[in-house]
Amino acid sequence: MEERLFQTARDIHGLYPHVHIWGGPIAIYLFLGGLAAGILLFATLYYLKGKENEMPFTVKIAPIFTFWIVILGLLLLVYDLHHPLYVLELFTSFRIESPMSWGAWTLAVVSVLSLIWPLSYIDDIEAYLHERGWQKLDWATRMVKTWEHKWIIPRFVIMNFRKYRKPIAYLLLFLSIILGIYTGILLSAFNAHPLWNNSILGPLFLTSGVSTGSAFVMWLSNNKKERKLMSTIDMALIAIELFFIIHMIMGMQAGPEAYKQAAHLFLGGEFTVIFWVIFVGFGLILPFILEGLELGGKHIPPALPAILVLIGGLLFRIIMVAAGQMSEYPF
Amino acid sequence: MRYAMAIEVNKCVGCGDCVVACQTENNVPMGYSRDWIIEIARGEYPNLFMHFESQRCNHCDDTPCVRTCPTGASHVIEGGIVKVTHDECIGCGACIEACPYDARYFHPDGYVDKCTFCDHRVADGLDPACVSVCPTNCMHFGDLDDPDSEISKLLNSREHYTLLPEAGTAPQIYYLK
Ligand code: SF4
Ligand code: SF4
Repeated sequence: MEERLFQTARDIHGLYPHVHIWGGPIAIYLFLGGLAAGILLFATLYYLKGKENEMPFTVKIAPIFTFWIVILGLLLLVYDLHHPLYVLELFTSFRIESPMSWGAWTLAVVSVLSLIWPLSYIDDIEAYLHERGWQKLDWATRMVKTWEHKWIIPRFVIMNFRKYRKPIAYLLLFLSIILGIYTGILLSAFNAHPLWNNSILGPLFLTSGVSTGSAFVMWLSNNKKERKLMSTIDMALIAIELFFIIHMIMGMQAGPEAYKQAAHLFLGGEFTVIFWVIFVGFGLILPFILEGLELGGKHIPPALPAILVLIGGLLFRIIMVAAGQMSEYPF
Repeated sequence: MRYAMAIEVNKCVGCGDCVVACQTENNVPMGYSRDWIIEIARGEYPNLFMHFESQRCNHCDDTPCVRTCPTGASHVIEGGIVKVTHDECIGCGACIEACPYDARYFHPDGYVDKCTFCDHRVADGLDPACVSVCPTNCMHFGDLDDPDSEISKLLNSREHYTLLPEAGTAPQIYYLK
C-alpha cells in the first residue's frame, strides 16, 4: 500500500487531482487544423493530378473555407492563452523542438497560401457560383476582381500565384501533411502523459483529419463523381484509423504500468462508453456502413455520413485531450 | 556547475516552513505555492512507514518543459537552474503539460511560475530560502560538480532516490533515505 497526502495546502486550479488546463478550445483547434489539412491535401493532390476541371469543388471551391478554418483555429489558440498580450512572442521565435512553435508557424504560412489559392481561381469560382444558382454571392467575386484590377500588389501576387501554381501546390501538399501530423504530435510530445506519448498519434490524427476533409467535400460538393470518390477514400481512411486506434491501445497495454493505466481509461475506465460506442460506433463504423451502402446503390443522403464523420472527428479530439491529461505518472 | 538539492526525509517533520519561506521570499500570490510537502505512508498494517517529502521543481537535467516551450520563455541558466522569463511567456500551458511533477502553474497574472532555486540568493552565495529556513536542517543545496561540496559528499555516502526516474527527466532533487 502506498498513500500520499498533501501536508501543506496546494489547491492550485488546473493542477489537481490531475492536470486540466487544456479543454474545448484546444480540442477544437486540433480538429480545425486537421480539417484544413484534409481539405488542402485533396485540393493540391487532385490539382497536381490534373483533375482541376473534373473535380472543381475539391480543387477550387473547398479551399475557400480553409483560410477561415485556419484563422478560427488560430483565434481559438490565442483565446486559450493565459498571457495573450505576449502572443507575438510565438512569431518572433522559432523552436524546432517545440511542436507548438513549428505548428503555429505552419498554420500561419498555410493561412496565407490558402487565402491566395482560391483568389487565383476567381473566374472559375464565379462560374461555379452561377452553375449552382448562387448569383447572390456575386458581390464577393466582383470585389476580389476590382481589387485585382485596381491595385498592383494583389494583382502581382495573384498573377505570380497562377504562374507558379504547381510548385506552390507541392509546397501546400507538403504543409498540409505537416499540419495534419502536427495536430497529433502536439500531444504526443508530452512524455508526462502516457496516453499521448506514442508515435502513432501523429499518423492517427493525420488520417482522422484527412477523413474529416473528405467528409467535408462529400457533404458540400454537388458533383456525383467527386462525392463517390470521396466516399470511397473516406471508407479506406476510416479503416486505417480503426487499425491505428487498436494498434495504439495494444501498444499501451504492452507497456509499463503508467501506459497500462492509460489504456484502461478506454478499456473499462471512464472513457470506455463515449470512446467505443459514441466515437467508434457512431463516428467511424456507422458512417463506414452508410458510405458502403451508398456506393452499393442505396439512396442515402451524403450529408449524413459526412456529418457523423465530422462530429466524430471533433469528439475524438475532445476525448484525447481530456483523457490524456488524466493519464499521468503516479508520484 | 550543477546545482542540486538533497533532502533527508527522515529528518523532515513536515512543518511547512520551507513552503512559507518560499512564499515570502518570492512573493508567491495567496493560495499558490512553488514548493509543497507530501506525506507518504507505505507498507501493510501493522508495519506502516511514513515520511514527509518536500517537493518542488526538480530542475531536471533533461527538461521536457523547456523543450516544448514555443517561445523560449522557459530556459536553463548557469548551474542547470530552470527558469521562466515572464514577459516572453504567452501562457500556452505546454510546459505545464510537459512537467510530470506538477511543478508549474499559471500565475494569476497569466505567465507560468515555478521554483527558481532562489537564483537571486544563490548568486549572492546564499542558500535558497527553503533550505536556509529549515528548522531540522534536513535540506542541503550545492554544486554537484564540486566533489568537495557537502551535497556531493552526502550523495556519495548515503542511499538516495529521485522522484519518477522512469519519466526520463533526470531530476536533480535527491531524497536521502
Ligand atoms: S520538475 Fe518539471 S518544471 Fe522542473 S525542470 Fe523538471 S520538468 Fe521542468
Ligand atoms: S506557458 Fe510560457 S513558459 Fe510555458 S511553454 Fe508556454 S510560453 Fe513557454
